[in-house]
Amino acid sequence: MSAVMITRKVRKWEKLPGKNTFCCDGRVMMARQKGVFYLTLFLIIGTCSLFFAFECPYLAVHLSPAIPVFAALLFLFVMAMLLRTSFSDPGVLPRALPEEATFIEMEIEAANGNVPAGQRPPPRIRNVQINNQIVKLKYCYTCKIFRPPRASHCSICDNCVDRFDHHCPWVGNCVGKRNYRYFYLFTLSLSLLTIYIFTFDIVHVVMREYPVSHLCSQKEQTGFTVLEVLVCFFTLWSVVGLTGFHTYLISLNQTTNEDIKGSWSGKNRVQNPYSHKNIIKNCCEVLCGPTYPSAFVYVKLLIPAGLSSVALTASASFQHAVLCLQKTTAPLIPNEHTPDDAKPSIAASAEKSPSPKEELPPASKLPPLASPETDAETSIAKDKTH
Amino acid sequence: MPAFLLSSKFHNLQELRHSASLVTKVFIQRDYSEGTVCRFQTKFPSELDSRIERTLLEETVKTLNSYYAEAEKIGGQSYLEGCLACATAYIIFLCMETRYEKVLRKISGYIQEQNEKIYAPRGLLITDPIERGMRVLEISLFEDRGSGGSSPSSSMSSGSSAR
Repeated sequence: MSAVMITRKVRKWEKLPGKNTFCCDGRVMMARQKGVFYLTLFLIIGTCSLFFAFECPYLAVHLSPAIPVFAALLFLFVMAMLLRTSFSDPGVLPRALPEEATFIEMEIEAANGNVPAGQRPPPRIRNVQINNQIVKLKYCYTCKIFRPPRASHCSICDNCVDRFDHHCPWVGNCVGKRNYRYFYLFTLSLSLLTIYIFTFDIVHVVMREYPVSHLCSQKEQTGFTVLEVLVCFFTLWSVVGLTGFHTYLISLNQTTNEDIKGSWSGKNRVQNPYSHKNIIKNCCEVLCGPTYPSAFVYVKLLIPAGLSSVALTASASFQHAVLCLQKTTAPLIPNEHTPDDAKPSIAASAEKSPSPKEELPPASKLPPLASPETDAETSIAKDKTH
Repeated sequence: MPAFLLSSKFHNLQELRHSASLVTKVFIQRDYSEGTVCRFQTKFPSELDSRIERTLLEETVKTLNSYYAEAEKIGGQSYLEGCLACATAYIIFLCMETRYEKVLRKISGYIQEQNEKIYAPRGLLITDPIERGMRVLEISLFEDRGSGGSSPSSSMSSGSSAR
């Protein structure tokens, strides 16, 4: 029999019931509010353009041509990290399909027993033991799941995100398990770029004021330099501070969310069960760990040709199953409601705050919505060309 | 038996799922005892008692766990991959497949194979955990309605099947 490649193409997950926007055939996934992200792009590209246009020619001639080259490399790295952070899936957890939601509800009811009428049922919490510490898993009423450890629900994006750090309006996306390292490298490289531009702006101004050779023209316009210095000065304080904060978090293997909530601090609280108690190990795990898969990325799955012969010979065993099965089916078409109810207040406050990025990470509240919204299709579309 | 039932259109597991009558689904939860690494519990769900031997399911789950452990292992290769990728500003990931993705393909092939060989003949179907965000291992139970079976909304314990 001829070898046949069975290509399993699962349908696209186009109707993720969260507040995300998708582009490029699902390869780009962002939050809905992108205004502040455009501002970030404008500031970075604008400042760097001014630097390359006005300072670099002077510095390349009078100091070294390596200066603009290094600046260009750094700028490209910053942009790559920013786009990676903004466009990747932060680690969104798919919502429970109706059967799973029912299954969980039945488990909860069985665990709670009979609640007398008029009494509120106990909170939906599941205890698990992680590295000999008891960790409570909360139930998410929107996604209808018990959240895995370290996951949290982002009310801006209306999704549960694994290893939720915070929602960053400056990158227009949540920061979670899958894109945390890109976010950290973005803040780190942006700090370096800001310091670099700031330093060379000062050098440029000094060289203009006190020229070392008669070939330098004096009293050139330094207006743009002043503008760059201003932008860099204000950016420095926020971005460098943020980088320092995240370096601290990484060394302890904590998330911003856990730090804000004080999950692992305090005498009566559980110690962080995820930390390896070793700074190097913690850093390595967060920065050099594996790249986790997305539940929504498109992958074309090719079953190797050899297996197709197995499929054909196994058809005999299928016969038995086939005989038992009816032709009429009850396909699972869950209700598709896009939720329109969410927390505009947090989004508004996040966008309006002009001050440093994400010092106040929001958005990990448990929205007790009993809304009937559920889930999208059961299959995920996977289609990625090589 | 009607000849058309044995036609080629049933060689595909997807079509099997759509043409069968789904009774219920069983969910194997994650095992968090060792942290947030991906592991599934090897506890055998009671609803599958009459459907499949304990050892077969345990073997499947243990193999899956070992695949995930291999994918998430933090060691020399993952450091190398991480550093190389960082040096190229992660552009290399646009061309190259990561180790995790390679293992995911293997897992997907393995699940397909297990479904064809072991589970489909018993009227079961395992869903790849990645489709559920690695939260659960979902096993669907199919049944023949004609053999005095149960309605789709029946309770968990109705595992009777015409074997």
